[in-house]
This record gives sequence, structure tokens and C-alpha cells, in this order.
Amino acid sequence: MQSIKNHISLVIALLSILFSIQIFIIVDRSIASYKQNLTNSYSMVIVSQKSIDNNTTLGFSPLISSVSELTPDSIIKRLNTNMNNKNIELLKLSLPKFYKIQLNSYPSPDEIKALTKSILRYPTITKVEDFAHNHDTIYKLLLLFKGVVAIFAVTIFVVTSLLIFKELRIWQFKHSERMSIMGLFGAPGWLRSAVLFRLALMDAFISSFMAFALFTYLSYNSWVLQQFGNVGINIIIFNQIDDFILLFGTAVFLSILLAMLIVVGHKEEA
Amino acid sequence: MDKVVIAEDLSLSYSSEEAIINQVNFSIDSGSFVFITGASGSGKSTLLKSLYGALKPKYGSLVVGGVELRKVSRSKLNFLRRHIGIVFQDYKLVKEWTIEKNIMLPLIINGYGKDVTQKQVDSLLKHVRLTHQAGKYPLELSGGEQQRVAMARALSHNPILILADEPTGNLDDYSSQLIWNLLEGANTQLKTTVIVVTHHIPVSMNVEYKHFHIEYGRIHAVN
Ligand SMILES: Nc1ncnc2c1ncn2[C@@H]1O[C@H](COP(=O)(O)OP(=O)(O)O)[C@@H](O)[C@H]1O
Ligand SMILES: [Mg+2]
Repeated sequence: MQSIKNHISLVIALLSILFSIQIFIIVDRSIASYKQNLTNSYSMVIVSQKSIDNNTTLGFSPLISSVSELTPDSIIKRLNTNMNNKNIELLKLSLPKFYKIQLNSYPSPDEIKALTKSILRYPTITKVEDFAHNHDTIYKLLLLFKGVVAIFAVTIFVVTSLLIFKELRIWQFKHSERMSIMGLFGAPGWLRSAVLFRLALMDAFISSFMAFALFTYLSYNSWVLQQFGNVGINIIIFNQIDDFILLFGTAVFLSILLAMLIVVGHKEEA
Repeated sequence: MDKVVIAEDLSLSYSSEEAIINQVNFSIDSGSFVFITGASGSGKSTLLKSLYGALKPKYGSLVVGGVELRKVSRSKLNFLRRHIGIVFQDYKLVKEWTIEKNIMLPLIINGYGKDVTQKQVDSLLKHVRLTHQAGKYPLELSGGEQQRVAMARALSHNPILILADEPTGNLDDYSSQLIWNLLEGANTQLKTTVIVVTHHIPVSMNVEYKHFHIEYGRIHAVN
């Protein structure tokens, strides 16, 4: 009972910090995934008097990831009333060329402007449709998302600091008596703090393995997966190696930091 | 004869207040048994504190076990303390450790092996009649029992010097006699120097002893 009590408060503090960090990672990944979805569905259309070869178009900007020619067939089909094939062929020849370009990342409004400008410099290009208005709204939404995540990150930082600070006070109180007593029997500094570091490390282990279990469970939970699926976001909720190393490292770092602060702040009683 | 304590013009005080011990000279022979008496508040605990280096001399010099305590390094003080056994007036047991572990503390600090440590602790538990309480925590014991644990801890590493601050203050006659026997045993069999602060010097002492009395910041030899 005594030994459980010794651990529980720091384990809870560490666990809530690890939980927040992983949630932050998940939100961050969701946004990245959402942005990728946007990038994939966003395209510009170039109208040119003459055909341009793909390499030339790709050369306009490193932002451009692919080019494809839009065949006018579907438009013509819609117009199609009772033209004969010959006339359709003539019409096709007189029509300008349409190209759809896709980008390798979701552009900012400025990037779109600059890109449009540089494409229009090409002599045969008469028009670039950038769907800017539509894009603008989505982009602002994305910025809003990012702002929310940033606020979330700051909140985590503040809450973390408060939790650690509170733990520090509790620990200082709890451990200083024992450290003083050990000192009175001539225990060197490392031995006096050994118990503290062992406890801190153990709590780091316990909390990171609890976080591991929790997020492993969540990443296989069908309800959770369904929620992400519903919004078309496909991400790794918990990477059992990389994410765990990050969480474990954070827990060890924080608990050791805590123990060191206590050792440094410890005063001998006279 | 070797001196385990030499005080010259020793003055002790907390912060900048008036001296509690004022310019005293005394010495304690190695292997002797010493009682220190005095009214409460006269500075007995304060003097003991200075002997284990928890209170630095304000003036004068204080040498314990060959170590000048006025300007002592932390590591040297640690070394000295590993050879001293202290019974504190308020026991100072580690609350989150069992009785057994508390008694082991000086042995662990001195780096004794597991077997030696266990054997020593078992024997001490028997001597202070606490074998059946070994696994309990200090706060589950009575004041008198805690005092006996503190005594066992002070003896565990066979120190060269024992400092005991009113070690029978909370004990009935039977338990008190147990403590005096232990201290006498350490003194006669292991040649341990024993310095005891007490209000009552037991009438049935079997060893020769010196008696100091503290009054108005001065120390007088009574015998
Ligand atoms: N840590 C302390 N800080 C300031 N004054 C103290 C401290 N400890 C004891 N004193 C004062 O020093 C005097 C002697 O105390 P102490 O040595 O404990 O007496 P006793 O002879 O009863 O053991 C008392 O007046 C007490 O109030
Ligand atoms: Mg006292």
C-alpha cells in the first residue's frame, strides 16, 4: 500500500503529460493528412493556344507535381447536338489546349498568385484558372486549425509545467526528510538521491507503459478508427516504436529533471 | 590517552543570536562513557549537534575523531558521520521504511554486504525486543518502541562514537535498563565512546563514567 502511494501521484502527472503529447501528435497528423487530401483534390487549369509539352510545364515551378491534358471530348459531348464527325474534328483543332496541373503541397494564396503570374509569362498561355476563391476559404480554415493546435500545444506546456511544479513541491516535502536522515549517517550525495532517482525512473517506466497500453488499445479500437474514417483521414494513431520512444524519453527526461531539481534544492537541516 | 573530542574556546549559536554554548573547553577520552546533564533548554542537544557537524562552531575549535569541524569538507564530514551512531531526541526514523530497513541504514551507507547486514539487524532486533515488529513502519509503533529502533540503528555499524540524546526519555524502567545495558555493552566490549544526554543518570551503572553539566552556556565537569 505504502509503495503504491509513493508512485501514484507522479505516475498520474506523467501519464497526463504523455497523453496530451500523443493527442497533440494525433491532431498534428490529422491536419497533415487533411492537408494532403486537400492537395490531392486541388488543381489549376491552364489554357494555351498551342500544345505545351509536359516537361516545359513542370519547369514553370518546383511546386508543380504533375500535368495532364484535359481532353475536350466531354465538353463537346455536352454540346453535341447534330454535328457530324468531321465538324467535331475541326472544332477540336480550333479549340485551345487545356491542362490540369497538380501541386506537391497545399499552396498559400501568395504562392498561387506567384505561380499564376509565372505561368502566364509563357507566350501561348492565355488563361490560368486557379479557383482562388474556393481555395481561400479552405486555406483560412486550415490556418484556423493550425492556430487551434498551437494554442493546444501552449496549453499542454503550461499544464505540464504546473503539474511538474506541483509534483516538485510534494516530492521536496516527501523526500527531504529521508535525505537529511541519510546525510546524518554520512551517506554521500549520490546515495542520498539514489532512492529519488530510482523512484523517478520507475514512475517514468510505469507511466510510459501505461500510455503504451492505452494508445495501442485506441489505435486498434474500431470506434476510434471509424471516427477517423468518417472524415476521410487515414493516419497512424500510435506508432509503437517511434511514438513510444518519444513518450518514454519525455517521461524519463521529466522525472529525472524533477529529481535533479529536488537534489539541487535540498537543504541540510541544522 | 587519545581524545575523541577536543573543544577549545568553543561557542555555539543559531544564526546571530546570543551564544547558547559560550567559550567552553573540554575534552573526552576515547573509550570513555560520558553523561551530559542540564536543565531543558540549556543547550545539550545543541552541543550534540555540533559534535556530529550539523552546527558549525561560531568561535573556537572543535575536533571530533581527529576532524576539525569548524572548516570541514562535505566528504570528510560524511566520512566522520559514518563512524558515529546517533540517537536523536526526536528519533528521526525514515517513515516510509520498515523498522528493519531503518536499522540497516548505517550498514547500507557503510557498504556492508547483505549477509552481514541481515545478521546484524536480526541480532539488534532481538536485543531491543522488536523482532516481531521488524516489518512494521515507524508510525505503527509506540514512542518507546521507536526510541528502541533509533538505538538499534545507532549501534548497527559498530561506530567508534555514540551520541544519544535522552535515549530513555520515553521509556519505562524495564526498557530503559535494556538501553543502558546496550550502551554499556558497546562501551566495554567494543571500546566505543558513548556520550549520553540525560536527565537521570541511572543509579546502577556498571561502568566508570564522566559527568558534565551544562548551565548558563558553560560546561562543568561534575566528577
Ligand atoms: N534550530 C534552532 N534554531 C534556533 N534556536 C534553537 C534551535 N534549536 C534550539 N534552539 C534554542 O537553543 C537553546 C538550547 O536548545 P537545546 O539545545 O535543544 O536544549 P536542550 O538542552 O533542552 O536540549 C534553546 O533556547 C532553544 O530554544
Ligand atoms: Mg534536547
